[in-house]
Amino acid sequence: MALNKLKFNSLNVTPTAGKTVGFNSDADGLEATFSGGAMTFIKKLTASSSSTLSFVDGSSSVVLDNTYKEYLFIFKDIHPGTNSVFFEFNLSIDSGSNYNVTKTSTAFRAYHAENDSGSALSYITDYDLAQSTSGQVLQSTNLGAGNDECFTGFIHLFNPSSTTFVKHYMAETSISADNDGANHFFTAGYGNTTSAVDAIQFKMNSGNIESGTITLYGIN
Amino acid sequence: MALTKFNYNSFDLTTAASKGLAFNSSANGFETSSAGSMTLIKTLTASSSSTLSFVDGSSSVVLDNTYPVYVFKFINIHGATKHAHFTFNMSTDSGSNYNVTKTTTYFHAANNEGDSATEVAYQTPSDLAQSTDFHRLTNFLNIQNDGSCSGTLTLFNPSSTTFVKHFISTSNSMSYTSDPYSLNPFTAGYGNTTSTVDAIQFKMSSGNIDAGTIKLYGIKDS
Repeated sequence: MALNKLKFNSLNVTPTAGKTVGFNSDADGLEATFSGGAMTFIKKLTASSSSTLSFVDGSSSVVLDNTYKEYLFIFKDIHPGTNSVFFEFNLSIDSGSNYNVTKTSTAFRAYHAENDSGSALSYITDYDLAQSTSGQVLQSTNLGAGNDECFTGFIHLFNPSSTTFVKHYMAETSISADNDGANHFFTAGYGNTTSAVDAIQFKMNSGNIESGTITLYGIN
Repeated sequence: MALTKFNYNSFDLTTAASKGLAFNSSANGFETSSAGSMTLIKTLTASSSSTLSFVDGSSSVVLDNTYPVYVFKFINIHGATKHAHFTFNMSTDSGSNYNVTKTTTYFHAANNEGDSATEVAYQTPSDLAQSTDFHRLTNFLNIQNDGSCSGTLTLFNPSSTTFVKHFISTSNSMSYTSDPYSLNPFTAGYGNTTSTVDAIQFKMSSGNIDAGTIKLYGIKDS
């Protein structure tokens, strides 16, 4: 028996690309103005003694192209395999064959020791970059590998697919330091390239990412 | 007159669990749609309130492993007492006690309306070192009719039983009275507990929250 399925034009509403079908504000008709929100989940990577975590456009359902003007990565409970290491990222313009985009960036942080022995706000010259292809560090102090110690935060990457402009990023993180204290780290800068950035890789500067997740969102 | 009801399988697309019905990108067919990654969970509105509390499982609040990241947005928080601080604390016992041990940092940028004083500086009186006290999100609120503070507090994985509970907050306030300042605080830290955090409470360091709104959102990761 042939089934008669309702087609897109069977409803008493004008079809609009990418819009959801909803009830109108009077609940007496349909409308096509109800969308899914401006923040869209794209991909979550979960570390399990991982040497790297990479998001490559077009691979494993990752979108990192001109679909969105802004991408947001959220780090949850990143835990290193070894003590006193640094979490960092780099950009690629060749689908992940090389992570070596030239970057210039700033870095500053606030810290406070658990024993109240010290606190400060200062610029950190060790973790900024000046036309360097090295990884951008995302923390201001060595990560602690104690069982309850971890690292969280987020990085915004703007318009990676542009072939006109450099690629700006802004990151803010909160860290459990290996010397027992709170660190609040900020870095911002740009990949100094007019090529499209189509991949980003995260790793420790030494050892593995023992556990944790990195989730990628697109922002409309 | 008999009514024809359309069911889930009446539409010309493959159904998918927990998805919505949308027009495709060419507007010539149906497709499934996602609800978006940021979900409003609860709005609390202050009205001369001594505290505003979000307790998992109470009053439709979700603050558990449903979401890996929670975002609180506090909007136009207006204090009742001059120069009180807007603060928060965590609970591991469903709100019976708000006293989680915390280590935090706090710095701000400031500029007064008279344009005679600016700074970016660490604020030692506003941080915590292994303290169970409430933590300041901003300082010395102006309580003139138009004075308030607004900002965000992001809480990471409160349901973890393995890791400490990190948070990050940024806000802006109209502070002090005779020559008001724009204060832009940046604070972060962690609840130093491996117990599940299941409630958050906001209050002024002195007096009530006269008015204002706090919204709780969950951020999906799937």
